Amino acid sequence: MDPMKALIPLPTQPPPGCPFSPPQEYTELRIEHPVSRVSMPDGSWAWLLTRYSDIRSALSDPRFSSDVNAPGFPRSGMVTAGEGSSLIRTDPPEHGRRRRMLTHSFTVKSVSALRRRIQQITDQLCDEMEKQKRKDGPDGSVDLVRSLALPLPSLVISLLLGVPYEDRALFQSITATVLSRVNTEDERTTARKELRAYLDHLVAGKEADPGDDILSELVHERMREGQLTREEVTGTATLLLIAGHETTANMIGLGALTLVRNPRAADELREDPSLMPGAVEELLRFHSITRSGPRRAAIADVEVGGQPIKAGEGIVCAVASANRDPEQFPDADTVDIRRRNAQHHIAFGYGVHQCLGQSLARAELEISLNTLLTRFPELRLAVEFAEVPFRSDMLVYGCHALPVTW
Amino acid sequence: MKISIDTDNCCGAGQCVLIAPEIFDQDDDGIVILLDPTPSDEMHDAVEDAIAICPADVIHVE
Ligand code: HEM
Ligand code: SF4
Repeated sequence: MDPMKALIPLPTQPPPGCPFSPPQEYTELRIEHPVSRVSMPDGSWAWLLTRYSDIRSALSDPRFSSDVNAPGFPRSGMVTAGEGSSLIRTDPPEHGRRRRMLTHSFTVKSVSALRRRIQQITDQLCDEMEKQKRKDGPDGSVDLVRSLALPLPSLVISLLLGVPYEDRALFQSITATVLSRVNTEDERTTARKELRAYLDHLVAGKEADPGDDILSELVHERMREGQLTREEVTGTATLLLIAGHETTANMIGLGALTLVRNPRAADELREDPSLMPGAVEELLRFHSITRSGPRRAAIADVEVGGQPIKAGEGIVCAVASANRDPEQFPDADTVDIRRRNAQHHIAFGYGVHQCLGQSLARAELEISLNTLLTRFPELRLAVEFAEVPFRSDMLVYGCHALPVTW
Repeated sequence: MKISIDTDNCCGAGQCVLIAPEIFDQDDDGIVILLDPTPSDEMHDAVEDAIAICPADVIHVE
């Protein structure tokens, strides 16, 4: 490697006028340099992986660590303060021990049992949308992000954890700051501390007065038994709140926008709701909202796609590129709600860290999109598509706002 | 087709259950259970799909 040669910067911006496309650079890199050195915003460098097969093999290779404190971990732009002890940053075998304390709450069966509650919450939020629209008259519009996409996952995860509903505004503002690329590292660290302080208070409350929720269970069955420290309980709660909140919210917004712009697909789904689970997989693949990640550090010398990677070097796995890889998904840039292998996407990651909340995310997406399609068949954008503000500045892609009418 | 599973590695993501609920289930801790180790021919595609999708390389066939 010629040290004088300037590296290309980590691509983050969609091509102008194509907010649904991942950065254009991915297409060239996938063909020319599928494992390529890039410079990171903080001046460091990392390997950027852009092919589906390379990313799957790296994410399932134990020689890559999720520990942000491992030498060479590409932390640039990520929030890492106080995260060291959380499950998502822990390697096997400790990772498996931690994960198995939570899996039972997120199985396909547990989530099925939650569907009725999710539908009720969705119906209530849609009632509110209707009320607001009626108040504002025929020219009124509703921001779908604020009125449905953000509150739904927030209410569902609050329910699971036992967080009181009254505190939701606090959570939405804190997690937005924590995940933002625009806020300074200091601001994000402060936001994370605020969230921790709140959750500490909540954990203390559960100790005295347990409920039927994940947090009470962790406190009474794990912390009391000495399997988890108080710090680890709070860390788990923080992770579940952040990981389950803005991700699903952004997928609901992008999913709704995609269907609004594809009336044929919307009609097909209205006629045959059994197509919805497949459509959700395709939307997850197409949008791949986790940008510039997941990330890992090599803890031994590894070869990926023919490229040697040395211990102590970092990798950035561009799942948004992998999920548009034509080798895996023919006609990858087209939304096809009947795509046969859509579920092979890696929008939830791959390997042992693959999203713990994926069944929940799927249920929330299916229910919210289904409800929107049937209750608001005339749903349309209240602004020009070009005016929709996209979150190209965030680690989780999506829309900042989505003004709609019907 | 004879299926075997390596439950030690299962991370409980439940993808196999979504693809082939006739063959895979999850126990109370989310760990995969094999309902039918020798599925009929028409299930083979679904099993191959589950093998390809399982994030932890838990499912194998002979
Ligand atoms: C559409 C919505 C979602 C997307 C796209 C998504 C994406 C991801 C990705 C890519 C990872 C892997 C990170 C890595 O390998 O480093 C992950 C892990 C995780 N997700 Fe999600 N997620 C979503 C929703 C949720 C929900 C609803 C929850 C829970 C309530 C959740 C909880 C988690 C947890 C706990 C992990 C860490 C798992 C581990 O390290 O073993 N996610 N998610
Ligand atoms: S897909 Fe693999 S890891 Fe997930 S539950 Fe099934 S066997 Fe376990």
